[in-house]
Amino acid sequence: MTRELTVAIEEKSFIRPDGGSRIVLRDVAFRLELSEFVAIVGPSGAGKTTLLNIIAGLDHRFSGSVQLGGKPLAAAPIGFVFQEPRLLPWRTVFENIALVLPHGADQSVITRLLAELGLADVGATYPSRLSLGMARRVALARALVVEPELMLLDEPFVSLDDATAHRLRALLLKLWRKMPCGILLVTHDLREAVELADRILLFSAAPGRLIADVAVTLPRDRRNDRAAIDATCAEIAPQQRLAAAS
Amino acid sequence: MPRAASLGVGILLRAASFMLLLAIWEIAALSAGSKTLPTIEAVAAALLDELARGELLHHLAVTLGRVFAAFTLAMAFGSALGLAMARWRAFDLVLDGWVVLLLNLPALVIAVLAYVWFGLTEAAAIGAVVINKLPLVAMTMREGGRSLAHEFAEMATVFRLGRWRRFRHVTTPQLLPFFLVSARSGLSLIWKIVLVVELLGRSDGVGFKLQLYFQLFDVPHILAYALAFAAIVQLIEWGLLQPLERRAGAWRR
Repeated sequence: MTRELTVAIEEKSFIRPDGGSRIVLRDVAFRLELSEFVAIVGPSGAGKTTLLNIIAGLDHRFSGSVQLGGKPLAAAPIGFVFQEPRLLPWRTVFENIALVLPHGADQSVITRLLAELGLADVGATYPSRLSLGMARRVALARALVVEPELMLLDEPFVSLDDATAHRLRALLLKLWRKMPCGILLVTHDLREAVELADRILLFSAAPGRLIADVAVTLPRDRRNDRAAIDATCAEIAPQQRLAAAS
Repeated sequence: MPRAASLGVGILLRAASFMLLLAIWEIAALSAGSKTLPTIEAVAAALLDELARGELLHHLAVTLGRVFAAFTLAMAFGSALGLAMARWRAFDLVLDGWVVLLLNLPALVIAVLAYVWFGLTEAAAIGAVVINKLPLVAMTMREGGRSLAHEFAEMATVFRLGRWRRFRHVTTPQLLPFFLVSARSGLSLIWKIVLVVELLGRSDGVGFKLQLYFQLFDVPHILAYALAFAAIVQLIEWGLLQPLERRAGAWRR
């Protein structure tokens, strides 16, 4: 039986500065097999980043549970690509990636990964010298190097130009095929979700609720076809509006 | 090339400025012709005399030892206190007032009280210097602790970095600039306070000798000791603290 991530969040709220509380997530329950690529799509403010933080174990103040293979998630290797790359500026690209590897681990994997991501020349460079696209790729390498069972990606292609974002998406898919793991990608871009994911979870505006769980039926070999992606989006978008209205 | 050239100009200007200072001193001393404003030669003679008698090195070493002890203790306790204040709000609220009070207490008062309460001992002397410097270190390190980026802390948590790795590679580099600022200001402050403490209640060290030569109105010897010690502190600054700072900031370039 494949291992899976089980998320069952009853409610997550934040305390407002005036002392009241604001509910950001309510009744969010889904499963993700650790070989599956799932995208979460929803408007901004729908609690998508909060959800990732909860799954990653950064936020424990919620009611409900998050389990991986039937156990709490504390020790499982997770890869996280944050919205901003969050590379340590005082460590080179290579050192940033090496930091997350266990002590004594084989570091040749870093060199291989850098080469695959087209970063072979920048291993000794400090992050401040990198373009955003490159820094994002380093962050991706850092997430992959721990050979995670689960990868969490928080809008990793936002504020890149179209061509760069497209190249990065293709790269992500290529690497995912080589090292299969569960991927949970947060995005506000339905096209991006259709291009990448097996399943799409549609979220409502705040407080975020899971309003639809849609399988992407478009075969993977047609995901380069803009027209086919547009057609799939056109099928999914009404569900999003309908569910949000109900 | 332009960088090397500007470095050369820099060194030249520094040297010229130092020579200018010496020239002003010499001219002033010669035209005053007074025993209370000795020439460079008179001070150099006093220096050589103390050196030959083995006095200079002994007292320099004693003072340097006290500076080192006080510096280490003040940096260690001050850092721990400042970081704890940054970390725990209640701790900060309780201790903030105390730290401000200590900060505003004159060094002389602390030294006198330490001697009165704990006797004319080595521990009282060093303790008084530590108490003087500690609040400054705590204040600076508290700022450092408050400025720690939660983004990096989250990254460390997600990637399951162990305590030591997290401290060594994520936290420390963020605190290092603050630590170096308090180390540099600390060194120059501490050695001056050590002299006061020695002058008040120790029977060796540069401060003690200054007190002795003050009673004899022997300005050449006073200047000899003061300049010798200032030179040592400058050497520590150039040889230790500045290279450390350059190394720590290498990634910025």
